[in-house]
Amino acid sequence: MAKFALIFRGGDAPGSPEEMQQHMQRWMTWFQGLAREGVYHDVGEPLDPAGKVVRGARKAVSDGPYAEAKDLVGGFAIVDARDLDAAAEIAKGCPTYEMNGFVEVRPVRPMPPDRLRRAP
Amino acid sequence: MNGGELPLADHLFRHQAGRMVASLARALGPRHLALAEDAVQDALVRALETWRFGALPRNPAAWLMRCARNRALDMVRRQGAFGRAAEALGRALEAQAPDEAQEPAELPTFPDDELRLMFSCCAAELPPAAQVAVILKYLCGFSVHEIAQAFLSTEAAVEKQLYRARTALEVLGALYDVGDPGQVRARLPSVHEAIYLLFNEGYHGAHPREPVRQDLCAEALRLCQLLEMLPDAGGPDTQALLSLLCFHAARLGGRTADDGSLLLLAEQDRARWDHALVAEGFRRLGASAQGWNLTPWHLEAAIAAQHALAGSFEATDWPAIRTLYDRLLAARPSPVVALNRAIALGMAEGPDAGLSALAGIPDRERLARYPFLPAAVAEFERRAGRTARAAEALRQALALARSPAEEAVLARKLSACQP
Repeated sequence: MAKFALIFRGGDAPGSPEEMQQHMQRWMTWFQGLAREGVYHDVGEPLDPAGKVVRGARKAVSDGPYAEAKDLVGGFAIVDARDLDAAAEIAKGCPTYEMNGFVEVRPVRPMPPDRLRRAP
Repeated sequence: MNGGELPLADHLFRHQAGRMVASLARALGPRHLALAEDAVQDALVRALETWRFGALPRNPAAWLMRCARNRALDMVRRQGAFGRAAEALGRALEAQAPDEAQEPAELPTFPDDELRLMFSCCAAELPPAAQVAVILKYLCGFSVHEIAQAFLSTEAAVEKQLYRARTALEVLGALYDVGDPGQVRARLPSVHEAIYLLFNEGYHGAHPREPVRQDLCAEALRLCQLLEMLPDAGGPDTQALLSLLCFHAARLGGRTADDGSLLLLAEQDRARWDHALVAEGFRRLGASAQGWNLTPWHLEAAIAAQHALAGSFEATDWPAIRTLYDRLLAARPSPVVALNRAIALGMAEGPDAGLSALAGIPDRERLARYPFLPAAVAEFERRAGRTARAAEALRQALALARSPAEEAVLARKLSACQP
């Protein structure tokens, strides 16, 4: 098993409060399903659309977003899967496509265990 | 959708949207309805983006309200248009901030704010259809698309209606004063009409796919229960309307067959009626029986009660229903009421009496496109044993059917008339 990051990008807001709630409940149901199947490795986290970008040798700070609104990262989750194809298959269950969102699936590179120890 | 195991109340967004818009509109004034709506929309989007990952705040409704208020506050301060008024508005909004730490069971509700907005929406300057549209938009959180669907209208037409309504509300300057008994009594009949129209649209609406739109009925019932909370509006007439809505709502589940086709009263399985709602209807009917003012709501509720009292279609007390329709026709003359009266009369006195009552409906030509007029003729012809004539009338009715559900019920009756 390997770890994969599902990065949720883009997506329009549904039209009415009722549609929003139903869309949201489909997300919650999807995450609950992943947790039940044991593939949901870690809590997913939403990211606030507001942000700052620090860039360049002069460390210039500007207001985000740093991507086009249609590509903005809305949050991520970490899942366990056999390989990249299996992880992509998991991402297919996400309800984001209804609202023109998309999911970036990225293998999390394993770090050697001793790298994680603090240098003395 | 698997909503059962999720801790979020059904329709929470829709209902909170209405409550929040009403509350913000009170603080900001009807001139800023659009701003209130934008702030609420932003709060809902924020909730969607956060909550979809599975962690809900302790009190979602209070979270939404605070978020919408902060957003409105931001917008008020940022928009130069408010000038010096911005600070006062800011204070008004801050004073309303709900306590997020309260128990989740305690939804922040603002019945007064909602009622103010409801009465404002029923302004005489607005045609009844526009009143209902604007109520659905602001108090029930329906989108333009959903309103257009409900009324078989186009989104452009609904936008136009809402624009006019908003303009009329802006001119008012302040929301309707529901603290003044005289003002409440003056506008109460229009509010009743709007609620009734909303319910009726859900119950009888000519929607091509869904003949019974429970959402509209549920919203009408919710608004009527809200109305009842206003001391000057909870009197016998509101109780009568509430009774009527309860009786009709009780039958909703029994009105469609498993295949989605409409079931007529005679065909409905009365065990599938909602008996708690029937009981509630009787309780409200009892509460409505006071004072001297017998409103059409009383008569309609009494008719619905007669149907609820009958253990079966055959046991229906048609003479009593016919008498009630006589009085309703006098109080609220309309071809549809006359049609129903003629049906009750025919059921009480025999098919030929029914047929002549149908033939004598005043303004009968206004029912020219109404499939249930030829359907009623067919029913009495069939009961009189003249199946060929019954089939002929059913073919006329079928040609007028407005939805597959109506078509299905008429086709079923037609095939029963053919050898």
